[in-house]
Amino acid sequence: MSKYDRRQFMKTAGAVVGASLALGMSAGVSNAFAADFATAKVNTTKLAVTDKTVKVGILHSSTGTMAISETGSIQAEKLAIAQINASGGILGRKIEIIQEDGASDWPTFAEKSKKLLENDHTAAVFGCWTSASRKAALPVFEKDNGLLFYPTFYEGLEQSKNVFYTGQEATQQILAGLDWVAKEKKAKTYYLIGSDYIWPRTSMKIARKHIEQHLGGKVVGEEYVALGDTQFGSVINKIKLKKPDVIYAAVVGGSNVAWFKQLNAAGINSKKQTLLTISVTEDEVLGIGGENLEGFYSAMKYFQSVKNPNNEKFVADFKKMWGPKSVIGDVTQAAYLGPWLWKAAVERAGSFDVDKVVVALPGYEMKTAPEGYVKVDPNHHLWSKARIGKWRADGQVDVVYESPLIKPDPFPKGYQ
Amino acid sequence: MFGYSMADIGNIVVMQGFSGLSLFSVLLLMALGLAIIFGQMGVINMAHGEFMTIGAYTTVFLSKLAVKYDIVNYYFVFAIIAAFIIAFAIGYLVEFVLIRHLYKRPLDTLLATWGLSLVMQQIFRSTFGAKEVSAELPQWLLGAFQPTSDIEIPINGVFVMGLAAVVTFGVFLFMFRSRWGLNVRATVQNRVMAGAVGINTKKVDRVTFALGCGIAGVAGAAFTTIASTGPTTGSLYIVDSFMVVVFGGAASLMGTIASAFGIAQAQSILQFFMTSSMGKVTTLLVIVLILMMKPEGLFAAKVRK
Repeated sequence: MSKYDRRQFMKTAGAVVGASLALGMSAGVSNAFAADFATAKVNTTKLAVTDKTVKVGILHSSTGTMAISETGSIQAEKLAIAQINASGGILGRKIEIIQEDGASDWPTFAEKSKKLLENDHTAAVFGCWTSASRKAALPVFEKDNGLLFYPTFYEGLEQSKNVFYTGQEATQQILAGLDWVAKEKKAKTYYLIGSDYIWPRTSMKIARKHIEQHLGGKVVGEEYVALGDTQFGSVINKIKLKKPDVIYAAVVGGSNVAWFKQLNAAGINSKKQTLLTISVTEDEVLGIGGENLEGFYSAMKYFQSVKNPNNEKFVADFKKMWGPKSVIGDVTQAAYLGPWLWKAAVERAGSFDVDKVVVALPGYEMKTAPEGYVKVDPNHHLWSKARIGKWRADGQVDVVYESPLIKPDPFPKGYQ
Repeated sequence: MFGYSMADIGNIVVMQGFSGLSLFSVLLLMALGLAIIFGQMGVINMAHGEFMTIGAYTTVFLSKLAVKYDIVNYYFVFAIIAAFIIAFAIGYLVEFVLIRHLYKRPLDTLLATWGLSLVMQQIFRSTFGAKEVSAELPQWLLGAFQPTSDIEIPINGVFVMGLAAVVTFGVFLFMFRSRWGLNVRATVQNRVMAGAVGINTKKVDRVTFALGCGIAGVAGAAFTTIASTGPTTGSLYIVDSFMVVVFGGAASLMGTIASAFGIAQAQSILQFFMTSSMGKVTTLLVIVLILMMKPEGLFAAKVRK
């Protein structure tokens, strides 16, 4: 496609829109060549798409406190994009990455989103990690009609035209785990503990409702510790006094490590106590130490040790790119899905235009996901399974339970 | 307290008492180095937390070596000494390059050391990676000591307590029973006169600063037993450290000890009866109130003018 042709197309923009729609419908082929998809047709909204390339943004914290968690997501997104490029790109175009650093600072996420959308005109952005950063960036994406793929499991209660959520919303992570622990461990009494911010609080609210209304259990304690707090002596003594059947934990960051170390040092280990957490993935174990977690349970949708051919390939590719020692946690896998889902949506739409991509993605079934099969729901979240993993001393899990596919329900009735 | 047996309550009182003492030793270790630098020299060292991180990374690094050579059971003592030496050396260098030019501008030291802390954090991140890491701990530091079947005392807590006692005692010997300590106190009281009687005040400053940093390194090494190590670990501790020192009265080591004890007990007890966050908030409120009435802190003493 020469430049001359492109100008011609621009002049007759009206006709082009119709043509691109027609083309989009007929062209669901993945090995498309750029020539089949004229830039002017696949990009009517001035995105950074040329005949050979398309620009996307990666927006995570590579500095600051959140760098610990977000590094894995950056790596996964880069891996997916490298693989897509190696297999011919999207609509014949290579993906170019513009990486921005949110620096663990929420206003920075908003600013960088603005830059990625208004200056760079990126066709999609893969990014954000904490809910706070997503909430900061969301208004920008909605105003500039951008497209964000968000990887983290989160508290739900949100749905935006401009965002696809590739992690679990709260009910997908919480309900199946609690059902399992009530059934398998005959748990009646629960002690809830989390860090003091929106995600643990919303999650615990849902957990408490489920325990009290559906499982016939009792919550004997609910506790929130300040972010970054590393002293758990008093909390652990309270737990010892209450003797709950299950400790249900959502402590994050540096506190998480201190919490498990001190729990163990205080003599609470898996021989005496059932503990189910929704905030420990393989990434966190590096800091906590496998020996402090051995025998405790995590509820996630993905673990590195999930057995299926997709995952074996994914783990091998990830280690090849990022080193044999790297580990893959739940969010890292969810981040890996983002670029692939976007590719599928663009190809279904036959266009990079956000409005068309957003309509094309719901209903898409991804059979090559490392976690197994996922489906995009009209509410922009994914259908996925919940899994319970039992931690081993080597920092990996044995998957002890796998739920059926769960429909995402970001606004669960009766849980708010 | 209702619905629990007397035995249960007795056990909890013992364990709760211990966690208060354990928190006390943690706060004391954190604050001692800062008390020396801030209290004796009047330098507001915002990079104090990062010197703890240096100690922590030293321990983590040595633990990797120890695993390799199969000496995990013995290395920890050496790790603490190494943490002290390395933090001391870096502190010495920092004083020479940065701090000594800013003695007459206390607010600028605040900014400069804050900048230094950011630089150090990023150096940690680039060198050791953004992920949190843990030191491989010797077997004797893990688990709990059980005097009776229902009382469990964390061994790492006992260890931190012991270490805090040793370090505090060492600091006292150094400050009040050694020639060096005499020089330091003389310089604090009257710099010009100290110089006139032949004390090399510049050298005293450098060693005092480095000593504070070295103690921070020891604290960092000790904290690998209770928490993890990451590039920003230091920032978790810096606020508590300053709180202890300011509340105690900046220039008094006794004040630091008393204040660490008071804060630890208050926080520990309040967190037991309230929720964890509320316990902390209440403690902070009480501190603010007391500081409003006694702005000099618990133990006021003369500071270098």
